Amino acid sequence: MPQSFFFAAWKHGIVNLKCSVFGMVTKRTTVYELHLPGYPFNEKGRMYRSIVLVKQVPDTANITGNVMQDDGTVNRAKLPAILNHEDRIALEVALQVKDQYGGTVTAITMGPPRASDILRECLYMGADHACLITDRKFAGADTLATSYVLSEAIKKIGGFDFIFAGRQAIDGDTAQVGPQTAEKLHIPQITYLEEIRSVNGRTVEAKRKIEGGYEIVRCTLPVLITVVKDAASPRPFKAKRVMAYKGARSLLELEKLAEGNSLLSVEELVGEYEGRSLLIETMTMDDLRLDAARCGVHGSPTKVHKVQSVVLSGGEHEIIEPTKTDIGKLIDRLFEDHILG
Amino acid sequence: MSNYFLDNKDLLFHFDGFSRRDDFGDMRSIVATAEDAYGQAKEFNYAPVNFDDAMENYAKVLEVVGDLAANRIAPRTAGVDHEGATIHDGIVSYAKGTQDNLRELAQADLMGMVLPRKYGGLNFPFTIYMMAVEVVSRADASLMNLFGLQDIADTIRKFGNERQRQEFLPKFCTGEYTGAMALTEPDAGSDLQSIKLQAYQDNEGQWYLRGVKRFITNGSGDVLLVLARSEPGTKDGRGLSMFVCHGGNNLKVRRIENKLGIHGSPTCELQFNDTPAQLVGSRKFGLIKYVLDLMYRARMGVSAQALGISQAAYEEALQYAKDRVQFGRSIYSLPAVSNILVDMRVTLEVNRSLFYAAALSVDRKEKLEESIEELKEQGKPFAEQMADLKQAVKVANLLTPVTKYVLTESANRIAYDALQIHGGTGYMKEFRVERLARDARITNIYEGTSQMQIVAASGQVVNDILKDYFDKKEADEYPGGLIPLANCLKEIRQIFYESLKYVIEKKDSSFQDVASKDLVELYSYLIIGYLVMDEAKRDARKVFIANRYILGALALARKNTESIKSGLYSDLLHADEILRD
Repeated sequence: MPQSFFFAAWKHGIVNLKCSVFGMVTKRTTVYELHLPGYPFNEKGRMYRSIVLVKQVPDTANITGNVMQDDGTVNRAKLPAILNHEDRIALEVALQVKDQYGGTVTAITMGPPRASDILRECLYMGADHACLITDRKFAGADTLATSYVLSEAIKKIGGFDFIFAGRQAIDGDTAQVGPQTAEKLHIPQITYLEEIRSVNGRTVEAKRKIEGGYEIVRCTLPVLITVVKDAASPRPFKAKRVMAYKGARSLLELEKLAEGNSLLSVEELVGEYEGRSLLIETMTMDDLRLDAARCGVHGSPTKVHKVQSVVLSGGEHEIIEPTKTDIGKLIDRLFEDHILG
Repeated sequence: MSNYFLDNKDLLFHFDGFSRRDDFGDMRSIVATAEDAYGQAKEFNYAPVNFDDAMENYAKVLEVVGDLAANRIAPRTAGVDHEGATIHDGIVSYAKGTQDNLRELAQADLMGMVLPRKYGGLNFPFTIYMMAVEVVSRADASLMNLFGLQDIADTIRKFGNERQRQEFLPKFCTGEYTGAMALTEPDAGSDLQSIKLQAYQDNEGQWYLRGVKRFITNGSGDVLLVLARSEPGTKDGRGLSMFVCHGGNNLKVRRIENKLGIHGSPTCELQFNDTPAQLVGSRKFGLIKYVLDLMYRARMGVSAQALGISQAAYEEALQYAKDRVQFGRSIYSLPAVSNILVDMRVTLEVNRSLFYAAALSVDRKEKLEESIEELKEQGKPFAEQMADLKQAVKVANLLTPVTKYVLTESANRIAYDALQIHGGTGYMKEFRVERLARDARITNIYEGTSQMQIVAASGQVVNDILKDYFDKKEADEYPGGLIPLANCLKEIRQIFYESLKYVIEKKDSSFQDVASKDLVELYSYLIIGYLVMDEAKRDARKVFIANRYILGALALARKNTESIKSGLYSDLLHADEILRD
């Protein structure tokens, strides 16, 4: 997968194009002001709207006997589906921004109908809104197709200052969806966030993890931020919110409820749930202006050719120091291998 | 992800049973009273709309508690035990793990579980709160001493005035305040009537406290309920009143104790130097009304702690027995070991049955009190409720001390057996079981020793206040397999009556003091026996539990009566000679 190499370089802080960087490790001073017509910026300065990208993943950390199949693969159906851990931390960081500076937090996920489970969890932690992006036509999406749909959904939601996401999901480990989403929205990104140091007006100052250290970056809003697991300790569910939002349902869940009971109509249910603030906003293909060829399996160039277990031994890697010379050499190498360019 | 609520099938069995029983408390009416017939849902989006919704709320929140206990609290327990609470320049600090636990419990809205919603609480029934305390205690027994002190806030709610409620309760709910109950003094332990701490008023009517309190759990807390002598010259409990005061700079923590167990909980010696305080409720009712009322809940809190420790110790023992190989097989399969494990498990389960019956009885009593208050306010008749309340008070007066006696003694036994199963390994600090054995040891001492629980229960036992209930249970029909066990219970009941008659006819108060332990135990077999019979009717596996418990109880009953009738205790007349140097 060519992208993954590119993003591997990116996420290690070697390619860091749109943020001003000062301080600890490297010294670059380019400040990019970003103006995107159509995005209503928050001018009050102390109210921030955050969107958090979350994903439902199989609980690979708790694999028990009956989950492993004879051929050595994992039976996903038998694994409990959980909120990806680093996404939970992304939500925590978003909630901390809200606690400290005020604002709102919206959790969104692209996934099958049962992904509303994790959206309810986000509501239990403190998210103000939740949105399920779901359609059979989105199935089989790789990171490219996923980030395309997510970015279009985010455009529709609009008016955000921050987008937070976990660094990567434990099922695919690609760490691509966050960065790709930022690219498609044409906004800067800060990957590997360890700490939001301050938010001041339209500027965020953040500490991000890099190999062998960290760097402090400053960036204008809106920005997409992916977080590492040390960035925060996720808060527990709040009992009051659990009780208040246990009945929150997506449109699909309400449709299912209506299917099973001829006395119920979907329209009435939607009205009722909306009235009680229990409707999980649901977006499908029809709600978004999408190019079908870029969605789901059709929009996914990634094809898994073969899965094998590789054990790396020492001496197979090359350390590139974050110096001007070394980075220059790396870029040359990437061009040589036709990974860049 | 493990979860100490969801992984405990027996706990779920009891939770599920709440809506199917009305023997010692009917959850439907308890919840309906607490929820003002479900009128609060209009004002609070987290209030239930009906009974099923309420039960779903409780289950969901207990799930949150179970998750916190298993995944956040339990991993910190060894650190909390090692570090313990510390004092430096009179300032008490909790262990790092305790601080994290308290922060997260507050973040999860769990610090005001029984308090009304208008003060920020969850308005849960006491029984559900007790379930949460059991779950938390299984993870860290010492945390119960902080998490389980929500009763202090509840006492302010019950007996304080509205201004005091406004002042204190919201901050308990947010976790900003922790509380302490300052009763014990150097010369007033079990005998609270001899409390000396002085309460006096200045010309403006402001109260002040002066004196020393000792062994005060979380005495360094933010809000203290203090029992003090407000009537100079008096010597007994009628001269004592209840006060509330702020902690911190208003009083001095002279020292904290270096204890055998529950290291996470600071046990303080407090010096009140003219500390400003407010009177709670009416003068002179401090001990005779407010502390006695608090005692129901305090006994239950410690029983929940004992139950949590028992659960944890049993699990450690079971796991170790399965893992440990000797003589070519796991020791789990050795009959001498599996017999201990079965005993532990049966004790654990029947204790839980007793515990939740007692919790329901406290809930029933409190909700009847609330209903009567309401009827009084509305000028409606309440004679019927008053009669119910009279009986409910008697039942709670019986069940809470019996529960504390049985569960805390059991916790020690279970922790002892769990350590025994570990062999030499269990004696080492590396294994959790030694901490459990240390933590268990306080449970049958504080909030009234086992001996005091016998005293508290014996009045109800001698008056046979569950007579009607036992009559009804005896007359119940049991399926074939349970008939022999029903007959055993009939036999235990006969033994109880014979023993009781013997004790009463002997007319010797010293003998009665000693024999009351046997009488209370005999009565406890009947209470627990009929509870497990009900469960055995509901669930086939429980037949095994009923079988071992009741057959064991019959053997013990024969021993109890033998002790009473054989003249065994007559040598107490010669105690001085026996104990002579």
